[in-house]
Amino acid sequence: MSSRAHRVSLGDSWSQRVHPDIESERRRQAFDVERLTNLLDRGARNTTLRREVESLFRSDPAFSLVNTYFMTQKEHFQAAAQKRFLLHKMAQRLNWPEDGLEIDYARRALSGDIILGVHTVATKAIISLGSEEQIAKWVPLCKTYQIIATYAQTEMGHGSYLQGLETEATYDAATQEFVIHSPTITATKWWPGDLGCLATHAIVMAQLICSGAKRGMHAFVVPIRSPQDHTPLPGITAGDIGPRMGLENADNGFLQLDHVRVPRENMLSRFAQVLPDGTYIRCGTAQSNYLPMVVTRVDILTSVVLPSLQKACVIATRYSVIRRQGRLRPSDPEAKILDYQTQQQKLLFPLAMSYAFHFQAVSLLEFFQHAYNAVQSNDTSLLPELHVLTTGSKAMMTDFCAYGVELCRRACGGHGYSKLSGLPSLATQVVASCTYEGENTVLYLQVARFLMKNYQQIWETEGAHSQRSLPQSVQYFTMVHHDKCPAQNASDFLLPEIYTTAWAHTAARLVEDSARHLQVLTQSGADQQDAWNQTSVSLVQAAKAHCYYVTVKSFQDAVKKLDSEPAIQLVLKRLCDLFALHGILADSGIFLYDGFLSGPQVDMVRTAYLDLLSLIRKDAVLLTDAFDFTDQCLNSALGCYDGNVYERLFQWAQMSPNNNSQENPAYKKYIQPLIRSHGSKL
Amino acid sequence: MNPDLRRERAAATFNPELITHLLDGSPEKTRRRREIENKILSDPDFQHENHNFLTRSERYEAAIKKSAVMVKKMREFGIADPDEIMWFKRLLLGNFVEPVGLNYSMFIPTLLNQGTTAQQEKWLHPSTGLQIIGTYAQTEMGHGTHLRGLETTATYDPKTQEFIINSPTVTSIKWWPGGLGKTSNHAIVLAQLITQGKCYGLHAFIVPIREIGTHKPLPGITVGDIGPKFGYEEMDNGYLKMDNYRIPRENMLMKYAQVKPDGTYVKPVSNKLTYGTMVFVRSFLVGAAAQSLSKACTIAIRYSAVRHQSEIKPGEPEPQVDFQTQQYKLFPILATAYAFQFVGSYMKDTYHRINESIGQGDLSELPELHALTAGLKAFTTWTANAGIEECRLACGGHGYSHCSGIPNIYVTFTPACTFEGENTVMMLQTARFLMKVYDQVQSGKLVHGLVSYLNDLPSQRIQPQQVAVWPTVVDINNPDSLTEIYKLRAARLIDIAAKSLQGEMSHRKSKEVAWNLTSVGLVRATDAHCHYVVVKLFADKLLKIQDKTIQAVLRNLFLLYSLYGISQKAGDFLQGNIMTGSQITQVNQRVLELLAVIRPNAVALVDAFDYKDITLGSVLGRYDGNVYENLFEWAKKSPLNKTEVHESYHKYLKPLQSKL
Repeated sequence: MSSRAHRVSLGDSWSQRVHPDIESERRRQAFDVERLTNLLDRGARNTTLRREVESLFRSDPAFSLVNTYFMTQKEHFQAAAQKRFLLHKMAQRLNWPEDGLEIDYARRALSGDIILGVHTVATKAIISLGSEEQIAKWVPLCKTYQIIATYAQTEMGHGSYLQGLETEATYDAATQEFVIHSPTITATKWWPGDLGCLATHAIVMAQLICSGAKRGMHAFVVPIRSPQDHTPLPGITAGDIGPRMGLENADNGFLQLDHVRVPRENMLSRFAQVLPDGTYIRCGTAQSNYLPMVVTRVDILTSVVLPSLQKACVIATRYSVIRRQGRLRPSDPEAKILDYQTQQQKLLFPLAMSYAFHFQAVSLLEFFQHAYNAVQSNDTSLLPELHVLTTGSKAMMTDFCAYGVELCRRACGGHGYSKLSGLPSLATQVVASCTYEGENTVLYLQVARFLMKNYQQIWETEGAHSQRSLPQSVQYFTMVHHDKCPAQNASDFLLPEIYTTAWAHTAARLVEDSARHLQVLTQSGADQQDAWNQTSVSLVQAAKAHCYYVTVKSFQDAVKKLDSEPAIQLVLKRLCDLFALHGILADSGIFLYDGFLSGPQVDMVRTAYLDLLSLIRKDAVLLTDAFDFTDQCLNSALGCYDGNVYERLFQWAQMSPNNNSQENPAYKKYIQPLIRSHGSKL
Repeated sequence: MNPDLRRERAAATFNPELITHLLDGSPEKTRRRREIENKILSDPDFQHENHNFLTRSERYEAAIKKSAVMVKKMREFGIADPDEIMWFKRLLLGNFVEPVGLNYSMFIPTLLNQGTTAQQEKWLHPSTGLQIIGTYAQTEMGHGTHLRGLETTATYDPKTQEFIINSPTVTSIKWWPGGLGKTSNHAIVLAQLITQGKCYGLHAFIVPIREIGTHKPLPGITVGDIGPKFGYEEMDNGYLKMDNYRIPRENMLMKYAQVKPDGTYVKPVSNKLTYGTMVFVRSFLVGAAAQSLSKACTIAIRYSAVRHQSEIKPGEPEPQVDFQTQQYKLFPILATAYAFQFVGSYMKDTYHRINESIGQGDLSELPELHALTAGLKAFTTWTANAGIEECRLACGGHGYSHCSGIPNIYVTFTPACTFEGENTVMMLQTARFLMKVYDQVQSGKLVHGLVSYLNDLPSQRIQPQQVAVWPTVVDINNPDSLTEIYKLRAARLIDIAAKSLQGEMSHRKSKEVAWNLTSVGLVRATDAHCHYVVVKLFADKLLKIQDKTIQAVLRNLFLLYSLYGISQKAGDFLQGNIMTGSQITQVNQRVLELLAVIRPNAVALVDAFDYKDITLGSVLGRYDGNVYENLFEWAKKSPLNKTEVHESYHKYLKPLQSKL
């Protein structure tokens, strides 16, 4: 199948004709788009498999995504349930492997608009927290949907801070049961997905109390709805938490437990158990506990957050070569808005981010594999760094992707406000990720703690060999470099060593400043916690600079490896340059502050940056084509492959239920009596 | 009342009531506003359903019902003064809009501004009573802010003395006008006027689109709803296609330009006058930015005072607002909200003042007002847009739920960045004005008004590229000194943009190409100019405050606003040698100190905005702080909770389980 036929949605009559304004963009082939797609898919074979899977969803109206724009929250939820059901049947029919790529590709084709996302997470939680017997008991039930599980951690009054959770699990040795209880209204479990209407069981995180002592957070399997008729079990109050910005398919719910009893065996006990008499035993460290959280976060980044940004780029870029406005020369026809420098400035940074974060995610996955293999041979030394890399990536990618999607949306002017553009849904999907799975400020501060610890280590062990013990992501702390940037002209700033060093220097300087600040405060008598709080603004700043450096570095490393694909290497290098330089200009103060960059050097950065905009502009459409999203999964009247924006917008608007009839009952009911009453007063 | 909030209010160092008077304009205005609000709150006719739980068509119906009740009640309460109407509607609409809104905000004002006396006599009365419901149809599917690109034509036919209004292409279909889809029966249509074979550019025409009485679309008219949007769900933004549709000659608004019965075109005396409505709406948007930001900020700060998350010290759970990072997110936004409140009322006063001089035939101030509103509209709406989202994020997960009210505030406000002139285009309009002023200064002319600082440019005072002329003494606690350095930053960036524009022009022939290649720098310069204007107006306002306690409280907000801005844009101040690295360190340090200084007054400062709970539409931002009980009650109303077992269980989950 040729890649083009694949992208154009079949069945749309206007798709026979590709808009000349977008066709002309594709005529210039500075690089092979298909090869770049293969690179993004991590192998041509994956590209083929992905397209095969995607094609399965194309003609079936039950999988249509356009309809969801016109649905109520309730109908949308129902449609997501139906899709999940049909997908499951399909997977069975085609014998797809359980954890294979096929399922991932199917989720991508459906834009993740299906139910039971958290059921999968909860199943994984049982696998990582449960004993062998518990896994053998519960996991097959989950996999065959005999039970539907949710993962209930967050409470109404407590989010990212685990120790603050109030739900209690008190052991009753007399009956060998745990009594699970929500003591206050703030203890109500709030937000867990698949909980509102669906789950039969919840993995409840609760404060364990046995033999009168508090033992911290543990996980319990709690049945919540009847296996017969699905009604809530005694002691259970559960339901939907009400409308949200998006996430119509998530079934976010609440759960109150009123002294609900579960057998002793329902506490997940890989790392700790309670003996029948109430004795509490820890079994090993819970450090590998990190792994499932890491997997969940990486999965969110690669399957939700990053694709949202990439799609937004596709839509906004394609629309910007169709939309014309004003004239660049009096004699010319109206100009494509992408030819305006200000539009390039808006759209090309998100494009650069899309690629930067792709390569960062790849390097994260590789590090994960590496750390995972080490854990298999009982070496857990890489886990703290893995945890921090994931934490930092989560915070930075969700922050920047949310910003980027919204930037793309607004760059489409008024039409970006229409749901039919696809952009509002992408925006609401991605912004949710800034606060779930760890609120970003909390996460940046976790990264900062890691940075402080390693920085202090250098001080304490100031010797020749200290460098060896530093985790790789912070080895730049001890890199010997200049106090001043050596760049002489704008083109020097296109040298990766120059800008990577600038980021390394500045990140290290901010880390050092924070460490000093902390030290000064503690030396002047502040206790550790106050000192930390009073330094937290600068700690967050340091963590952000560190994360930016890590992203620039991984992008640059990935580009370096592309020597066998010089044409692709060239276009990606430009994006890498743009990504690094954009960051410098956006916060030039931190580079100028200690004189690392001079004023004239910042001007050089600006010159280099503006030149890059016009270079990347030429390849912009092809660079977004390479993401290879189907029209169906883009679900955008503005962003289809064929560029027939206005015809599609008009046609889709006709589907609005408001257009079903020319009657207006509200007018008859309220306006006409008003006119009559007004008339009678005259 | 929640004990945390009670403590916060008791600890404030000032009486919020005094700031409320200041924001309203006078104690008397506050009294009258509350009188109106209390009338509404005690009136049983205003029991309306919560929009969050309704479908789109239910919301539309509820909104129409509300508009009808509002018209009736305003008559009953005798409310006709523009401020009073605004208070009345602000309370009732909360975070939503009304489908008949454009009748009042665009149709009637345009009629007043551009219609002849005869036209006003004919149309005005029925439209105030909603017999005629009008909208304003300018934007087309393929054309927005760039007015000249509009394709709709109005061709004059002298034989019948009619205009033939036509939408020749798909892209020419009118798209977006509020209330157009289902509600309006008339539209003011902007179209290219063609008479005697010649095109005279855009003019406004009153076009009947639905039959009075039956409300059915008239023959030749295709009209409908454009579908679901990010927000504005209760609004029927619509499309309109006119198929060689005829209207009488008298339906062209002819106060300025005219077409005689024989088809002769009579030019208007000045084309500047048609700016009027546009300038009015844009200056109004500055105030709207302040309102939306103030609401979001009220919610986030109250909630942060009630929410106890992690512990700064073990065993002492502190409210969120004690965390430095949370203060750093919210207090600069609080300061910005105050800054924009003052800028908003300045814009309103200026508009009225200049409008009066226009009435007396003096147009001299119009260009600056036009340029100022364009830039400030963009500057304030962009800033408010980002600030509202930051407030939402500062509420953590609950911010994402409609219970917080902030998603509604955001989606209702964010179109302001693109409508009434897309913001980048607005910035570049102001840039064009600044470049013109720059050229005037270069040629020795003295300029006046808020751009007068550019007079200093050619002298030795400001030399953007030279090292070590600045810094002079910068007192980071002195409003004048801070205003001065914002001025220097703006002057420097304007100078750089102007020089690079000249540079590009010397390389290339076309002025347009040079303009495009400088546009990123031009937007940056305009942003600095607007930032300076806001700082200056805030500083001016401080001087006018009599009460010393209040002045001290607002002075801290002023300092935070200006210093935070410097710290965010430190690069500009360092690069221009306006400040040194060690001064930046002082600024950063001072910002953190100010957070601690403002901290005890934070809740009182948002209380001073004096929003009723119904206007905030937020469970998290309730005045009494009883967040969690009400959150639970709110969720129970969700339509998905109407049945204990959801139908999807029977339809999909059961079969899923039994298949295996």
